[in-house]
Amino acid sequence: MRILVGIFTCLLSLFLVGCQQGGSITGIRDSVDYNLHIRPILSDRCFKCHGPDAGQRKANLRLDIREGALAALKDNPAAHAITPGDPDQSEVFLRISSSDTSVLMPPPNSNLSLNAQEISLIKKWIEQGAKYKPHWAFIPPKKHPLPEVDKSWPKNEIDYFIIERIEAAGLQPNKPADKERLLKRVSFDLTGLPPTPDLQARFLADNSDNAYEKIVDELLAQPQYGEKMAVHWMDVARYADSHGYQDDGLRTMWPWRDWVIHAFNQNYAYDKFVTWQLAGDLLPNPTKEQLLATGFNRNHKITQEGGVIDEEYRIEYVTDRTNTFAKAFLALTFECAHCHDHKYDPISQKDYYQTFAFFNRVPEKGFFGDIQIASLADPPKIKITSEEVDNILTFINKKDTTPVEVMVMKDSAWKRPTYILVRGNYDAHGEVVDVGMPNAVFPFDSTVFGNNRLALTKWLLHEKNPLTARVFVNRMWQELFGRGLVKTSGDFGMQGELPTHPELLDWLAVDFRENGWNIKRLMKQLVMSATYQQSSSVSKQQLEKDPDNIFLSRAPRIRLPAESIRDLALASSGLLVKEIGGPSMKVYQPKGIWESSTSGRGVLARYVQDHGDKLYRRGLYSFIKRTVPPPGMLIMDGSNRDQCEVKRGLTNTPLQALLLMNEPLMLEASRVLAERLIQEKSSTEEKIKKAFLLIVCRQSKKEEFDLLASYYKSEKEKFQQSPNKAKSFIAIGEYPHEKIEDVVSLAALMQVIQTIYNMDETITKT
Amino acid sequence: MSKEFMDHRKHVTRRYFMGKLSLGVGSVALGSLLIPDLFSNSESPVASTGLPHFAPKAKRIIYLFQNGAPSQLESFDYKPLLNKMTGQELPASIRMGQRLTGMTSGQSKFPLVGSYFKFNQHGNSGAWVSEMFPNISKVVDDICFIKTMHTEAINHDPALTFMQTGAQQGNRPSMGSWLSYGLGSENKNLPAFCVLLSRGRGNGQGVYSKLWTNGFLDSVHQGVQFSSSEERVLYLKDPEGRDRADRRNMLDQLSKLNDLNYKEFGDPEIQARVQQYEMAYRMQTAVPELTDLSKEPDNIIKMYGSDCLVPGTYAANCLLARKLSEAGVRFVQLYHQGWDQHGNMVGEMPLQAQDTDRATAALIMDLKQRGLLDETLVIWGTEFGRTNYCQGDLTIKNYGRDHHPRCFTMWMAGGGVKAGTTYGETDEFGYNIASNPVHVNDFHATVLHLLGLNHEQLTFKHLGRRYRLTDVGGKVISGLMA
Repeated sequence: MRILVGIFTCLLSLFLVGCQQGGSITGIRDSVDYNLHIRPILSDRCFKCHGPDAGQRKANLRLDIREGALAALKDNPAAHAITPGDPDQSEVFLRISSSDTSVLMPPPNSNLSLNAQEISLIKKWIEQGAKYKPHWAFIPPKKHPLPEVDKSWPKNEIDYFIIERIEAAGLQPNKPADKERLLKRVSFDLTGLPPTPDLQARFLADNSDNAYEKIVDELLAQPQYGEKMAVHWMDVARYADSHGYQDDGLRTMWPWRDWVIHAFNQNYAYDKFVTWQLAGDLLPNPTKEQLLATGFNRNHKITQEGGVIDEEYRIEYVTDRTNTFAKAFLALTFECAHCHDHKYDPISQKDYYQTFAFFNRVPEKGFFGDIQIASLADPPKIKITSEEVDNILTFINKKDTTPVEVMVMKDSAWKRPTYILVRGNYDAHGEVVDVGMPNAVFPFDSTVFGNNRLALTKWLLHEKNPLTARVFVNRMWQELFGRGLVKTSGDFGMQGELPTHPELLDWLAVDFRENGWNIKRLMKQLVMSATYQQSSSVSKQQLEKDPDNIFLSRAPRIRLPAESIRDLALASSGLLVKEIGGPSMKVYQPKGIWESSTSGRGVLARYVQDHGDKLYRRGLYSFIKRTVPPPGMLIMDGSNRDQCEVKRGLTNTPLQALLLMNEPLMLEASRVLAERLIQEKSSTEEKIKKAFLLIVCRQSKKEEFDLLASYYKSEKEKFQQSPNKAKSFIAIGEYPHEKIEDVVSLAALMQVIQTIYNMDETITKT
Repeated sequence: MSKEFMDHRKHVTRRYFMGKLSLGVGSVALGSLLIPDLFSNSESPVASTGLPHFAPKAKRIIYLFQNGAPSQLESFDYKPLLNKMTGQELPASIRMGQRLTGMTSGQSKFPLVGSYFKFNQHGNSGAWVSEMFPNISKVVDDICFIKTMHTEAINHDPALTFMQTGAQQGNRPSMGSWLSYGLGSENKNLPAFCVLLSRGRGNGQGVYSKLWTNGFLDSVHQGVQFSSSEERVLYLKDPEGRDRADRRNMLDQLSKLNDLNYKEFGDPEIQARVQQYEMAYRMQTAVPELTDLSKEPDNIIKMYGSDCLVPGTYAANCLLARKLSEAGVRFVQLYHQGWDQHGNMVGEMPLQAQDTDRATAALIMDLKQRGLLDETLVIWGTEFGRTNYCQGDLTIKNYGRDHHPRCFTMWMAGGGVKAGTTYGETDEFGYNIASNPVHVNDFHATVLHLLGLNHEQLTFKHLGRRYRLTDVGGKVISGLMA
């Protein structure tokens, strides 16, 4: 208890320090800015009852628009919530600063409150005229001129925006990362794999000015680039190999996944990539590939539970598409408006169902058939034959001659009426609505765009749409830097965080669109920046001034995602099978996980592990059964693919340690690499050094090497005393065992390698 | 005081915290155990305090979830009228437009059916319990029955998900995760939230990992599933041919290597990882010790029944639950499958009862004799009830019942509940609630209250909204509490 109090006291004092710093971070000087300072407070503490939701609005007062705040109060027409220039005549200020709990706002029972700093900010804002500004994210981005800075550091435009803030914060950028670590970083970021020894050697030997750029171009051209990019898109698209819900039967959406890899590798422009996925079926004379791309909107869960009510689940699917569309492409939390007007953002319930209407014309059923008459793909669907795979859809990795069925989108000729669903209930029909999008974002004019999903993509990709480009460049930034320029990459609304570098975000967004939505170009632009290429070391000063690395005066150190950790083990040990695409693989998994939680119905009731090459494919291809996703994925913060996710957590837990120490594949990789090295004609020292280079992707330092060499020696002595233990240790895994006489040395080397796999740097972009 | 801290802590993130204090390794580990959320980089670093909002009645929960919906009409909600009216049509005035599942919506008749099993009164409280549960009958004076639970969903998946996470859609944190977040762990070698699965002999419905998901909370709050195999927690076992001393040695080397890296990069996250490895190491010792039931004395084995020596049975899980709870695990969640009696009530339900009755009662008695029942809340519950009319063919010998969300029975014992009572009444048809309804949100609010947490204050801000286990509803039912 005393310790707790101690910690809290520390926290308290930290907070106070934080407040003082807050001034310099957010730039509060004399002028108070609505978007920067005031709206975050009003939105978080006031809008729930005095915001856009007309149904819940208290005292008929809305504070999210200026007219509302300035109008005479309903209960007391002589008074005004806000009187510009005069806090003492402003009911808002009087209420938030009152000591009388009966008039205090927010009311104590809301469990919300304002602190002294927030109250004084609002006071100052009212004194300065209570100016409102439109929400930043709804103003179309424009290219700001590059800041005037010293030109010695920047390598491209990004850096101008970054260095300006670094310097303003009284920091200096880090030195460039050493070549080995930079190569590991960029290799994982662009291909999800460690650099090959050959690439390492070439890069280290290349002293030309554009050595790094050559590597970047080479990585972008590798087919593994498409796989890496697809990992994130699978989360966004809630891709899985099973239907979800309680019976959770098998589905065959993997050809769609193969298409995504293909699209990234062919560098389809983002506008095309999105249009095909959202409305490929509505393009004139759609090709089979365009139809396949629309599988995006059929990746949602589908029930096979006998006894469900058909319409309830059909509505569920359309809801999922609507929510996914808003989160994935607009970074807006539309789902809040499913049952009522949005409490913070200008999205009414009517807006919600107008968006819903775009996705409501699919000739589908909520319940197609239960798992006993298992269906791998419910209509609408397409059949892909071997002939098509040979001729047009060559990117699909189909192994046998039976056609594969994939669920796709289709609009029926009959336009199913869309109702506002009262309180979100599937059977509580309100007003009939037509298609539309929230005006506050960007008005949807159906005479210009049309009225189907294709029209929706035109609206989405229109140059006046304020969100689309920003949202995507922000997420790509997040993929590389661990945190987006807008930290809440799934919420650009009122409750989301403000961009840390608004001008940079806008510059990148406009540049992306003006350059043909070129994704590879964007990725290259990001990794070519000096910002990206910095060292990730952290000085005491940086930790003190910028603990969260908001200003990016250093490169972030981030743990690799779940898939990359697996891929690292496979690639460094030589186990990796580089085949692209095809049905997902059932890799090693602890016994009984599926069996203990299945309904017992369907082919996925039991886990039947694959063998041979299939065990050594990339993490992207691990079979995802939605109700029981691969445990390693969940432990390493992967998505469970239940719903669209745009950002993974990043935690550090004991279960992760157990996984890395004891999971069969990690041990097998250690064994196989040890076998390979022991067969090489080299000294033990060279073997340890090579293992380190392959796994950590850099030469070991003398201290590291000495430590590992003496560890090897002591482990070898131990195994000498009990060679049987050595035999059991090296018996792990199905990959064929090499006949090696000296099992003691092999086991000792395997133990050393296993230790290297568990180093923090191994699983971290450094 | 605590409210103030909640506000202040919002501004403190993990790296900030560590950077500012330059804490030694030991204190970092301590912090991560007591206030785990400080050590995350989630969007909303509102940390759990490890302290409740007010004095708790219970410190821990053991939740015996009977998956599939055991019929309340054959267990605890005695309705003699149904026996009298068996075969007669459910009056429309009683049904009042209740929607039907796809399984009975085609039925043209809804004949009432009474329990095949006899009921008797037990204990000083005179609670009615069916003959299928002779052991639970003996502990009714420790139990508070809630006859008037009601829910919104009518199918298993959404109803289960609603019951366990407060939302039908999935992806929200489950009850155990909320408690882990709100109260942290009492034991530094074990996870705060453990999940145990067993399967009965009746018609089954699956369970899903989303029922113990951390949702948007940090994955440190994820329920850790204990399996019935030799390796109780995933990846717990050291590799073949390696022992504890070898592992210790490896960790020592690893820690030195990581330390070299820390000296070069100065990232506190490196030291945090070293500490996670240390906790993993401790778990590797603590979990096998704890899950070893072979040293339990004979009288305990007798109490739970000999099944408790067979890993993965409900009885074994009850005994294990007691041990985990005793060791300080905040939330032990059992799921026992097989309670979905759409048909063959007479054949299946006795088997399900047989597999669970003895161990359930033993758990209560065992906790009581150890003086732990007062601080442990035991919950027996399910996702919805079953209809008072027959699904499928009604014969003299057998019948089935469909899903029924309007009323069902749950019960609680121990930690702060009003023992030996019944809360709420259903009508004489066992179809509607006659008095004192308890919505799923109310149930959650009450459980949190018993643990010293205000359900409106236990919030987490995610994508712009403050989420609660009780969503936007829930009221604490004081009538359930001692």
